[in-house]
Amino acid sequence: MIQVQARTEPSTLMTFASPFLAIVLTLIFGSLLFTALDKDPLQALHVLLILPLSDAYNISEMLVKMGPLLLCAVGLALCYRANMWNIGAEGQLLAGALGGSTVALMFVDSNSAFAMPLTLLGGIVSGMAWAGIATLLKVKFNSNLILTTIMLNYIALYLLIWAVHGPLRDPEGFGFPESALFSDATLLPVLSDSGRVHLGVVFAIVLALFAWFLLAKTHLGFKIRVYGADEPAAIYAGYNAKAISWFVMLFAGALAGLAGVSEVAGPIGQLTPNISPGYGYSAIIVAYLGRLHPAGAIVAAIFLAILYMGGDLAQIEMGIPIAVVGMFQGILLFFLLACDFFIRYRIVPLREKMA
Amino acid sequence: MSETLKNQSSSPRLELLNITKQYPGCLANDQICMRLMPGEIHALLGENGAGKSTLVKTIYGVVAPDSGQILWDGHEVEIKSPSKARDLGIGMVFQHFSLFETLTVAQNIELCLSRSQLHSIGDLAERIRDLSATYGLNVDPDRFVHSLSIGERQRVEIMRCLVQSVKLLILDEPTSVLTPQEVAGLFTVLRKLSSEGCSILFISHKLHEVTEICHNATILRGGKFVGDCQPANETPATIAKMMVGDLAEQDAGYEKAFGENIVFTAKNLSLAAKHPFGTTLKQINFELYKGEILGIAGVAGNGQEELMSIISGEDSRTLKNTLILDGRDIGTQSAGLRRRNGLAYVPEERLGRGAVPEMSLSENTLLTHSRGFVQSGLVNWKAVKEYAKSLISQYSVKCHGEFSEAKSLSGGNLQKFIMGREIGQNPKVLICAHPTWGVDVGAALAIHQALLQLRDQGAAILLISEDIDELFLLADRMAAVCDGHLSPVVRAEETSIDQIGQWMAGTFINESEQQEALA
Repeated sequence: MIQVQARTEPSTLMTFASPFLAIVLTLIFGSLLFTALDKDPLQALHVLLILPLSDAYNISEMLVKMGPLLLCAVGLALCYRANMWNIGAEGQLLAGALGGSTVALMFVDSNSAFAMPLTLLGGIVSGMAWAGIATLLKVKFNSNLILTTIMLNYIALYLLIWAVHGPLRDPEGFGFPESALFSDATLLPVLSDSGRVHLGVVFAIVLALFAWFLLAKTHLGFKIRVYGADEPAAIYAGYNAKAISWFVMLFAGALAGLAGVSEVAGPIGQLTPNISPGYGYSAIIVAYLGRLHPAGAIVAAIFLAILYMGGDLAQIEMGIPIAVVGMFQGILLFFLLACDFFIRYRIVPLREKMA
Repeated sequence: MSETLKNQSSSPRLELLNITKQYPGCLANDQICMRLMPGEIHALLGENGAGKSTLVKTIYGVVAPDSGQILWDGHEVEIKSPSKARDLGIGMVFQHFSLFETLTVAQNIELCLSRSQLHSIGDLAERIRDLSATYGLNVDPDRFVHSLSIGERQRVEIMRCLVQSVKLLILDEPTSVLTPQEVAGLFTVLRKLSSEGCSILFISHKLHEVTEICHNATILRGGKFVGDCQPANETPATIAKMMVGDLAEQDAGYEKAFGENIVFTAKNLSLAAKHPFGTTLKQINFELYKGEILGIAGVAGNGQEELMSIISGEDSRTLKNTLILDGRDIGTQSAGLRRRNGLAYVPEERLGRGAVPEMSLSENTLLTHSRGFVQSGLVNWKAVKEYAKSLISQYSVKCHGEFSEAKSLSGGNLQKFIMGREIGQNPKVLICAHPTWGVDVGAALAIHQALLQLRDQGAAILLISEDIDELFLLADRMAAVCDGHLSPVVRAEETSIDQIGQWMAGTFINESEQQEALA
């Protein structure tokens, strides 16, 4: 017989092993899923996980997908560290895209050097404003942050759809729900000739490293960690709880907004109704897969970006529906949370009762 | 007294043989043997973590022992659950009561009776009144529990055991929440129960109570049985010596001190309760002088928590011109600003408030002590670690090092660490709540000496405690709180345990109201 026993101290080994265990279990159950769909599981896993890294073009496409995932995940990791359950990265990303596009469209016929910085600023401020609404409701009225951020995601989505059908629609676009193409002065520079890797990807990595520094080395980062780990201790120590809440939420909003504007002013080049395949939601998985640590988020964002790429390729090469990628992500998060159980508990054989 | 006991009956009511319980990383009980005769009042003594709680939980069926035997009236039994224990006739009153505040006394008692028990009792309220009269418990079955004082609630818990015809009553630190007068009342009840043949197992930290009431005592240390004695033949000092060596003797007879310069004033402090069962503070006035310890006695829940959180600033409601620190109005300042202006605070809960459980001791040092360790927003972790190491050695905190998580420390060691951290900030005023609650004698000595040293350096200390002996040991001036009122403040030498005990029960409230009416 076996028995579940609480560990006296959390296991460091399991803290790091749990994501890998979860990935292995996901691969096993994913294979069963593909078998049930009458697809060759080995070929499916190859397309899903190996092919995205097979050549320079695929790698660059993977990095393009990693950028927004990482930006959103770093902000979320900080929020979750401070016990602020922000599920609204998707809405903040869309708000950033919408706000950035509004600025970008003022520079359609311009070569101004300010075009790109102002566009980025527009996106960042919009993302912060969107996060600010939920934060205000939380701080002033103690409303449930999970609910308000999720609802604001939908509001942002429909606001964006309204804008591309209405005020931001290209007057010469034959009635399609799209904005005019942004001018070259507005677009983020591409870093290499062969792919679409743009400045936004660099922002993501730099900001992830900055967040790491913030948590590890600064007094503010320490206060964030205390506030998340033990709120009564933070109040006892005299930390300003409201200021910490505002900081992490606005930081997350700024990063998600930057992710959104980097998409429209990067690979897409205009505002369309489908600018995000759910980056803001997948970023929640990235944040947890990366152990709420900014450095971990880099590794996790690459993994999820590979899955996104693989999903596209699997659709093209094997006719596997894109929804399967969503299921794959769901299985991964499920196993991740399940494996985390072993950080605080262990399973031991039941001892025979001593006589 | 033990002579008569032996005559009453020759077979023990309860016998424990080689009880052993292993928790992860800790052998809580190691081959413990104990014997209880009918009608015996037996003390179970030991420092914190000695294994007393584990042992009584084993008897009450909450914890299953790994090995060993329990004999009840001479027969081996396996007590698998508290309800099995109650069927045998074992009753237990825990330190933290398990009563529903919104129900009446009778309803609370009814809840833990089985259908057949209820049937055999008949009219429960009548039975409660009968027992109440027989034992002088003074428990009214129709009152709501939230309207009862702590002492009354404890009597409800005892009543709950009595209605089930208890043969062994276990009391876990029953006197720690009572006024001296209530303790005397409790002892009368226990003696009557004992004379009727009920065995009583009594856990306490207060040794003079043990010598007063207990026939026999079993002493545990580090999970092991270290000896037994007849407390009537011993003094508190000799028993303490058996528990911990000879530290207890050193912890006595400190000099009193009196300050002259006021450093902190609370003026007409009135504040509505935040929670339905909280206490409203009513017109509290006191002054703190440099270089003195002001002790505030009181039964838990009479406004101490509210008073501390409004002074520390944790309660963020602002008050104008009621709290003056060093000539400055701090009533409108945030908790962080008050700290920077020289206020330090040792809270009642160490883990989860005074220290973050999952963080290391160096991180917990930075929690409240950031002066000198933060420059332009960046933490100098190397300096923090060095300082944490010096705190650990200066206050003899037993741990693996400054990297140890706070939750890996025992209560006493963590308290020494927190005390050192707060004192290390050279506060002008230190608020200190229950500094040695649940702390072993050795750590208590160290904490007492640290407090006195801080006082002698010129700081003012507001000491809030439920332990009257400790207050008389340390405080230079004393007062008591009751129901949100503060009694007059008097010199410790000019008052008595009796007077403070009456103030804790609120006798001063009518006096002061009468005086107001006259004036």
